[in-house]
Amino acid sequence: MKFGVLVFPGSNCDHDAYHALKHIHGIDTTFIWHKETEIGSVDAIIVPGGFSYGDYLRSGAIARFSPVMNAVADFASGGGPVLGICNGFQILLEARLLPGTMMANEQLRFTCKLVHLKCESRNTPFTGSVPDTQTLRMPVAHGEGNYYADDELYKKLLDRNQVVFRYCDANGNITPESNPNGSVGNIAGICNESRNVVGMMPHPERAVEKRLGSDHGRFLFNSVIDNLSYAVNS
Amino acid sequence: MQVEIVITLRESILDPKGKASHHALENLGFKDITGVRIGKFIQLDVDTNDPDQARRAAEQACEKLLANMVMEDYEIRLPDNV
Amino acid sequence: MAKSKHSEPEVTIELAREHGLIDEEYEKIREYLGRTPTFTELGVYSVMWSEHCSYKNSVAVLKTLPKSGKNLLVGAGEENAGLVDIGDGLACAFKIESHNHPSAVEPYQGAATGVGGIHRDIFTMGARPVAALNSLRFGSMSEPRVRYLLDGVVRGIADYGNSFGVPTVGGEIYFDKSYEGNPLVNAMSVGIVKHEDTASAVADGVGNPVLIVGASTGRDGIHGATFASEEISEKSEAKRPSVQVGDPFTEKLLLEATLEALKTGAIVGIQDMGAAGISCSSSEMSAKTGVGMHVDLDKVPLREADMSAYEILLSESQERMLIVAHKGREQEVMDVFAKWDLNAVVIGEVTDTGRVVYLRDGKVKADMPADSLVLGGGAPVYIRETSKPEYLEKTGSTDISSYVDVADVQETMLALLQSPNIASKRWVYEQYDYMVRTNTVTGPGPSDAGVVRIKDSKKALAVTTDCNGRYVYLNPRKGGQIAVAEAARNIVCAGGKPMAITNCLNFGNPYKPEVYWTFKEAVGGMGDACEVFETPVTGGNVSFYNENPRGAIFPTPVIGMLGLIEDCEKHTTPAGFQTAGDDIIYVGASRSGIDGTEYLSFLHDLTAGDAPDLDMEFERALQQTVLRAIHEGLVSSAHDLSDGGLAISLIEKTIFSGIGANVRLDLPGQNVVEQLFSEAQSGILLSVSPERREELTSLFREADIPAYHLGVVEGDRLIIEDFADIPVETLRSIYEGVVPDAVSGNAAAATPV
Repeated sequence: MKFGVLVFPGSNCDHDAYHALKHIHGIDTTFIWHKETEIGSVDAIIVPGGFSYGDYLRSGAIARFSPVMNAVADFASGGGPVLGICNGFQILLEARLLPGTMMANEQLRFTCKLVHLKCESRNTPFTGSVPDTQTLRMPVAHGEGNYYADDELYKKLLDRNQVVFRYCDANGNITPESNPNGSVGNIAGICNESRNVVGMMPHPERAVEKRLGSDHGRFLFNSVIDNLSYAVNS
Repeated sequence: MQVEIVITLRESILDPKGKASHHALENLGFKDITGVRIGKFIQLDVDTNDPDQARRAAEQACEKLLANMVMEDYEIRLPDNV
Repeated sequence: MAKSKHSEPEVTIELAREHGLIDEEYEKIREYLGRTPTFTELGVYSVMWSEHCSYKNSVAVLKTLPKSGKNLLVGAGEENAGLVDIGDGLACAFKIESHNHPSAVEPYQGAATGVGGIHRDIFTMGARPVAALNSLRFGSMSEPRVRYLLDGVVRGIADYGNSFGVPTVGGEIYFDKSYEGNPLVNAMSVGIVKHEDTASAVADGVGNPVLIVGASTGRDGIHGATFASEEISEKSEAKRPSVQVGDPFTEKLLLEATLEALKTGAIVGIQDMGAAGISCSSSEMSAKTGVGMHVDLDKVPLREADMSAYEILLSESQERMLIVAHKGREQEVMDVFAKWDLNAVVIGEVTDTGRVVYLRDGKVKADMPADSLVLGGGAPVYIRETSKPEYLEKTGSTDISSYVDVADVQETMLALLQSPNIASKRWVYEQYDYMVRTNTVTGPGPSDAGVVRIKDSKKALAVTTDCNGRYVYLNPRKGGQIAVAEAARNIVCAGGKPMAITNCLNFGNPYKPEVYWTFKEAVGGMGDACEVFETPVTGGNVSFYNENPRGAIFPTPVIGMLGLIEDCEKHTTPAGFQTAGDDIIYVGASRSGIDGTEYLSFLHDLTAGDAPDLDMEFERALQQTVLRAIHEGLVSSAHDLSDGGLAISLIEKTIFSGIGANVRLDLPGQNVVEQLFSEAQSGILLSVSPERREELTSLFREADIPAYHLGVVEGDRLIIEDFADIPVETLRSIYEGVVPDAVSGNAAAATPV
């Protein structure tokens, strides 16, 4: 089993994702430079956080045109699991691999803190093993994480069960106070219709060691590892 | 009266947004685009029919708040028919 | 000359004065050159000899600081930053620098480029930055301009640091009227490098190519260095076009490309370009080894083609470096930078003439002995006149004895908690990404120091910045000592051993004898303390002319300290209470005197008395014993007493954990106001499990350090017997509410109650 972590100019959570997979989960992991046109033999792709191309125009707007993104689209349409984290989520939105769009945080400031998440769907490769008894604790760190979907899209997301994570309080209640950026319906993460592409603003790769505040991100990586092992064995 | 304001970075000030966008356009094959500068467009509704008064209000708004006078210039555009 | 594409004005003594050079300096230039300088040369000398580059008014005093220690790999001033051996073949490069004046004019870009500049200093040495801190000072938040500055500075730091991808793990913010109109923005960067990968800022090897890499050169910040060396005045307004703009994306590429290029082994030396751009980097690199450089400015990638030699040489465009490569291997360097879409162009070569020669339009525009330009070479050195300021008579003789009585202790505690200097800075630090790179064990907020682990090692770095300008104002020497002592205490409370310091010395106009006296005294105090705490000075930065029309700022020598935690897992110690049932122990000096306290300043609008008490030998013994107790696993939590004294330290320990405490004040000898609000140094609050309490207190007995059992960790209220009984939630909500209220313009929160 092998994971690929994309590297764009300006990515800065690429090493964190690599560390989480390689050193915490012990999974063979490789960086994939944005100028590559092929992704090689990887079983899952992480589109990491950071500020690709400085995020100067719109977050993710320039990165989506990187050569590697065509290969990522092919990989996704073939059913391969893709996880976009933070800037990676923004890139997947700009690349139309996920629906909706991202706006600046409601309070118009960057925000970095631990938040609580409710996992709304275990039917994705990244959430299959998330326990349904607890809320997840993970950091967010973004200036543009205010996910927006118009009424029609929002309804569609609900109908198809594409909302994967929502911000909540410690007891799992979806409240306005627990929403760090003003996203519609407290959405923190979604998946595509085929459910293999997931995008989320919180950082599971920063939550894999108790020492650093939380290890709930491991549920997500364990899920995809379990999922892939099962696929290999069956 | 509606007043339009275009705010641009002064000529010699570095524009990282423009620079990054220009580079991306080059990579996408826009070879004849030789420069990109990114600014702001602002629309003001001013409660007057006097163009001079509207201009003055807009100027003051720019100087005081809308433009960063340390590094930006502004241009005020009034409707053509006044 | 007039026919040349870039005609230059005739150089006269008047023009030299306009460049900020005094008459003797102009004569000295003529002497070095044996002729009248060209306009370009005049420009280069004026910035190289400005305070910012030459340290001409401070270097004589700075030389008195202790600069040696067994762990120092590079001495102060030898390279872009200090370098400390941290074992396992690793070294830590760290430095703090000011960007006060640019931030006063354009807070967002001023702060952003300050962050960018200090990170460049670190990665030019081959080190990858792993942590950032910043030390900020502003006027009162009741002033709209101050709120504008605060907002801009914080956004600037956030946008640059977050995008660049280095966690901001600590720092400090103070508000005081003296900083109105002249905020302080001091940025610190900390990096890690393997010993063998360390790079040096030297030019060597005649014939070796000189490259400029990174961003193109524009008309940014021309004369920024001179600008930093003048008081803020109406005239500064006219200099506004000199504002530089930061580009963190380019800096991120420059970081990755620089570290990758250094690995090729094709690089002889590298220096970043900050103040005075190409002229400073080329002359300093040359002077270091006594070589020269021949530089063709026509080859420098420009943003605007029509720039003159003068403008190109003095441009302070950000995100650039100067590199000397091994002859024949320049292509390897250029290939790496090309991969990262950055310029890398050969603009000249190393010569044996000892002179820096710059050409534009094919003509020599400047030709100067490299050594004549630089600090430690031909740059002027002045010993300024000193005179003890008169205000010290007044502050020292003010009778403050009547302030040691209060009607209601609980109300006083709650009122003091509303000082923005004490209240939570969450509004600020949550705008910073303090976790990126997943090494932040302790971030900003509930901690005495930031703790950053080192992957693949048991160790961690503890880092902090400290300075209470009010103490230094009231007693410059003792205030300087306290800044170092408190930084060391913070490192120790986090579980680290103090290793070395960097400093950023923010003072007023050095030509005023009173200002210079405080400078000399404060540096002397710092030096005393660095000897005692065995934390040599690895370098730093001096920022003079921090004045506004009403006078100088509080003298503010900010200390950035590096500490080493040997075993991150076992030794890292939290500040807040950990477990209900633990005993609360106060260790340290008696709580006597309310001199210089936040209590007097915030609640009585009084800056008076002496600086708080400090006995450095006692402090050292205290710190060593606390560290020993931590190493022996006896300490559940440790938090030092600083602004607001014991009362605030106790309150913070409950807020940080959400667990209450029940204590009884029976420290011998002092009344309740002193016990609670004195900022006498050398005090630490510990918590310990009851089973190990005796072991802990006996350690302190052996070391002859008083240790008092104050009470226990329990419940959800802070109870001080006979004096206070407050729910922790009430404390938390006040503590967290002050700064957000103040920045939103709610004046009630920003002024004394």
